[in-house]
Amino acid sequence: MTIKRIGMEGSFAIAEAIKLARVEAVAAYPITPQTHIVERLAEFVANGELDAEYIPVESEHSAMSACLGTSAVGSRTFTATASQGLELMHEVLYVASGLRLPIVMTVANRALSAPLSIWTDHSDAMAIRDCGWIQMFAENAQQAFDLMLCAFRIAEDHSVLLPTMVHIDGFYVSHTIESVELLEQEVVDKFLPGYRYPYPLNPDKPVTIGAFGPPFIYTETKKAHESALRGSKKVILQTWREFSKLSGRHYTTVESYKTEDADVLLLCMGSFSETAMMAIDKMQAEGQKVGLIRLRLWRPFPREELRQVVGNAQTLIVFDRALSLGGPPPVCSEIQSALYSLKTRPKIVSFVGSLGGREVSAQGFEDLIRNGVDKAKRGELDEFEMIGVRE
Amino acid sequence: MESLAIYVPRLVTTKEYFAPGHRACMGCGEALAVRLVCKALGRNVIIANATGCMEIVSSPLPSTSWEVPWIHTLFENTAAVASGIEAGIKVLSRKGKYTRKTKVIAMGGDGGTADIGFQALSGALERGHDFIYICFDNEAYMNTGIQRSSATPFGASTTTSPAGKVSIGQTRWKKNLPAIAAAHNIPYVATACHSYPFDLMNKIHKAVDVKGPSYIHILSVCPTGWRLPSDLTIRAGRLAVETGIFPLYEVEDDRYTLNLDFPQLRPVEDYFKLQGRFRHLSKETISQIQERVAAEYAKLKQRAARNNY
Repeated sequence: MTIKRIGMEGSFAIAEAIKLARVEAVAAYPITPQTHIVERLAEFVANGELDAEYIPVESEHSAMSACLGTSAVGSRTFTATASQGLELMHEVLYVASGLRLPIVMTVANRALSAPLSIWTDHSDAMAIRDCGWIQMFAENAQQAFDLMLCAFRIAEDHSVLLPTMVHIDGFYVSHTIESVELLEQEVVDKFLPGYRYPYPLNPDKPVTIGAFGPPFIYTETKKAHESALRGSKKVILQTWREFSKLSGRHYTTVESYKTEDADVLLLCMGSFSETAMMAIDKMQAEGQKVGLIRLRLWRPFPREELRQVVGNAQTLIVFDRALSLGGPPPVCSEIQSALYSLKTRPKIVSFVGSLGGREVSAQGFEDLIRNGVDKAKRGELDEFEMIGVRE
Repeated sequence: MESLAIYVPRLVTTKEYFAPGHRACMGCGEALAVRLVCKALGRNVIIANATGCMEIVSSPLPSTSWEVPWIHTLFENTAAVASGIEAGIKVLSRKGKYTRKTKVIAMGGDGGTADIGFQALSGALERGHDFIYICFDNEAYMNTGIQRSSATPFGASTTTSPAGKVSIGQTRWKKNLPAIAAAHNIPYVATACHSYPFDLMNKIHKAVDVKGPSYIHILSVCPTGWRLPSDLTIRAGRLAVETGIFPLYEVEDDRYTLNLDFPQLRPVEDYFKLQGRFRHLSKETISQIQERVAAEYAKLKQRAARNNY
């Protein structure tokens, strides 16, 4: 196995993965911070390095709609977007999953207007949480490269056939130059053979796709969708296992960092987990029993794995990067619901921060953990706290 | 003439690709138009259909009226879905994974075309995809209950442009979709009506042979929405053409052809008096419409005349 280790932007690493996956159709509309991904793909197509149709559509709504078409005739399909673009796609996302079209998409997470912000948080991801796609989070360029390749194999598996979304934090992953190990084309070809959609639009065997569902059948179609999404976890885990054999890099649904014997756990999603690790390292060196949980898989939600990793911890601090305005923060409320029926469960403290690109430093995470432990001791568990707000 | 009536229908295939048993209203002009379009297209097509009457009447799970590959996704995105289908076929053909020569069709109603799907249509025409966009224009949102669209004609009463004590109904002139399509400099634009079946099918044949985007705008009489007896569908379509309200014409690379010219147009009132949606119109409003129709028809004739030398 030859390994190329190159310094490159996260966006370019993703574009390399798309090229190696021999994607056949790309439909995309530019939006910061997704642009470098689709620009690089347009270059690949223009130079003949990638034999694909590149559709420069007039909106994100049309981007995802064109993807429905390319995917329904059976071509391997990719797009990327962020923020308002993801919101403009909103209704089309449900159609992609409802019609079981295995489209793969990168979302360079970014805050939602208003006010306009091009900087990262998870508001866009949370707004489309229920769209029926497989959704996972990558924390750095290498993970983005790896998870993109895996995404095609997962989505296109005939027992899955669901669109798959890989979330990366805008700028922190999309625009940061990092060291990335690429894979050889032959290796990828073996891992990801050519795509055959089982029910393509083709005059040789006419099919009707997208018939409407009267009340006597709508519920059953949704039940089938739900079962398929839940069932996809098996394929996701198996794909990641096989990927680790050829790359040496292992992925799990819920990743733990120094959680053994930890009384206090911090839970994050996305690139800030890496900053949080620095805080954990420092605090452990000082003798404190703290550990970190990173949710890798967001949909299907990995409840069992979460319960295992949380184990017997006494305090669980959840850090959300999005608000559910007027309600509990989205990730925390899911964590609470996943642990609620356990006989013994940790006290859960909820924080929201880092909205619209606001930084949280390693020191910031350290302060947050201490604050969380204090709040747990005082029993302040009902309300979440927004950190770093200037008064 | 009588022998012609026996002979001519034999020119048309008896094969149906839009199967009977669908749930369209009695006398639905759009269902007839779709049937004729499908006959003309044959089997080597893939159809992307916007949400609307035709999607609803033809596809309640688990049944379908479509004997050709067909996809419905949303209301406003049909031109974009067709773009994707065309691009997908292109790349798969290049790679030897798809072999059949296939024409991609996008179809929608006037709301899905002139209003909510306008942007996607413009984008797809501009990008030059090899496909036919067919607008089945019944001049309002009939599927949701006769609400006005930008293709509803001046003076028509609909549920959201009702005629009232201080309103004549629709107060705007019908959006000229064929002209807007032609402004994209696409190779082929045509208008058609189910009341002229051979003209309609000829235009579909022509569009199939064109390389690049075509736009065909088909006036589809809606007895339910137009407040018209269901046995007058064909006559209403003919009157729309004979009054000059809906002229049949083609635009080929900017050259206009008037397919059916009348030395003397019938008065618009002949068309209006069949329909409940125009029942409230005053003499003054009708003559205002008459003037506008004459002026628009003259403009079209002028454009067509420019090509005839």
